Amino acid sequence: MTNGNVPQKAPGLWQKVLDRVKTWSRTQSPWLIHFNSGSCNGCDIEILATLTPRYDAERFGVQLHGSPRHADILICTGPVTRQARERLLRTYEQMPNPKFVVAVGACAITGGVFAGCYNVIGHIDEVIPVDVYVPGCPPRPEAIIDALVILLQKLAAGPKIEEAAS
Amino acid sequence: MTQPANRKRFTVPIGPQHPALKEPGHFAFDVDGEIVQSASVRLGYAHRGIEKATESRTWVQNLYLLERICGICSHIHATAYCLGVEKLAQVEVPPRAQAIRSLVAELERIHSHLLWLGVAAHESGFDTLFMYSWRDRETVMNILEVMTGNRVHYSANVLGGVKYDVDDQQAATIREGLDFLEERTLHYLEVVSTDSLFLQRTRNIGVMDREAAQLSGVIGPTGRASNVQRDVRLDSPYAAYADHPITPVYETTGDLLARFVVRLREQLTSIDYIRMLLDHLPNSPLTTRMPRRVKAGEAISRVEAPRGELFYYIKSNGGDMPDRIHVRTPTLCNIASVAQLVIGQHLADVPMILVGIDPCFSCNDRTSVICQDGQRDMWDWARLRQYGIDHYGTHYTKDLG
Ligand code: SF4
Repeated sequence: MTNGNVPQKAPGLWQKVLDRVKTWSRTQSPWLIHFNSGSCNGCDIEILATLTPRYDAERFGVQLHGSPRHADILICTGPVTRQARERLLRTYEQMPNPKFVVAVGACAITGGVFAGCYNVIGHIDEVIPVDVYVPGCPPRPEAIIDALVILLQKLAAGPKIEEAAS
Repeated sequence: MTQPANRKRFTVPIGPQHPALKEPGHFAFDVDGEIVQSASVRLGYAHRGIEKATESRTWVQNLYLLERICGICSHIHATAYCLGVEKLAQVEVPPRAQAIRSLVAELERIHSHLLWLGVAAHESGFDTLFMYSWRDRETVMNILEVMTGNRVHYSANVLGGVKYDVDDQQAATIREGLDFLEERTLHYLEVVSTDSLFLQRTRNIGVMDREAAQLSGVIGPTGRASNVQRDVRLDSPYAAYADHPITPVYETTGDLLARFVVRLREQLTSIDYIRMLLDHLPNSPLTTRMPRRVKAGEAISRVEAPRGELFYYIKSNGGDMPDRIHVRTPTLCNIASVAQLVIGQHLADVPMILVGIDPCFSCNDRTSVICQDGQRDMWDWARLRQYGIDHYGTHYTKDLG
């Protein structure tokens, strides 16, 4: 898909309608995929807790999904270890465009407590571009929901996000 | 599966990326048709080098690093570390601090077992149970948050004691939460031992008798489900377990069902234990003075983590940083048993057997089947599950007919 690219000519009516339908459908049901590239599980549990009844992220249409090929949003936790780097890149590349990355936790943002460990090669945005950062060790489920809402707002705003990501 | 007849065996790799939760691990299963012939495990995707990193951090800094080895049993890691360092420094921890350590540890066990129950239920396709158990888990999380201010890394331990006290109001909150949890746990116990659909997935599946369990060295609840009577809380009591022994829980059948029952019953004993601790909280200060440098020497400490025995080896050379710290986590002991347990089982049961040992991961929502010529065929969870349903459909109607 080449959505969101600013066309050379002014878009026709058909294109405008199509874009709006696309944006609408994207903001209504973003699917997540979760990747753990070396985290301590703390963040992962909180992500899962976000989807369970008390926090219920599914009311935003968010659903955790198994295959990167079906996902819109990649939720990353943990610092990136040497072994996981390839997998992270591969998962990211398998996702269809447009794709967004949320980095959850201190580790994903800076390496956190594991910064400097010999098998840690860095944080998420050294490997793939990140759209939303959620600080905390681990962040509360409310914070993760907040990140998703911010992302959805960005998505609803349309093409801007493409420029930011590229 | 549309395979030519001459290709009988292929390998089913599972992991390391997995959508449900937790650590990445990789398994490869050789299957002949539906039956698993052999299995191998590859770990280390989350290897960060923590043990080495401890050597360049001070004793106090290490507490926070080691707590973050695992987000599920963070308190027990810190406890094991503190006990070891205190042993080396010959510091006596006040009794109230000991009791609070045990109290948080038991709360953590409840949270971990509920988490596991949800994940295991999810793997069997019983998502209702998953959602309910995670909803109830929020009660424990609430209690932990009330006590320590954090949901996951509570940091209750400091070297030489604990950081947080329990006042009467908190005790009341805890008791209230425990009453609710007890009721729910009894309900879950009934569900897992009477729901006939669930029993088909658990009874007589992945059976490990006592000898086999001892041979492959499984520990913790997985071992206790096979009647391996080992529990560090009893065998070498630490913290408050010396003064107030805990009632151990054993099951004899050693199948998946027993692993569910053992964990749920352990939850009940934990609830009772916490109530007892709250009634008998000794009066004493919370911390003692801890020297900045720890005397040279070696110490080991063993504690019972929710998944089994957690072992720490700590060596000091008299400085303000450790010389060596070695950690052996329970999953490492238990994971080898999976390779034997799955042999001869149906592929559809593999996810359940895997989570049965509570391996700190669950990575089977995406599977790819690699044929012998290296061709790849991706199977998602839905397809795998459909395959399982079809298989069991014919299987059981044959039985019934
Ligand atoms: S940010 Fe904290 S909770 Fe999250 S993975 Fe890192 S250490 Fe664990």
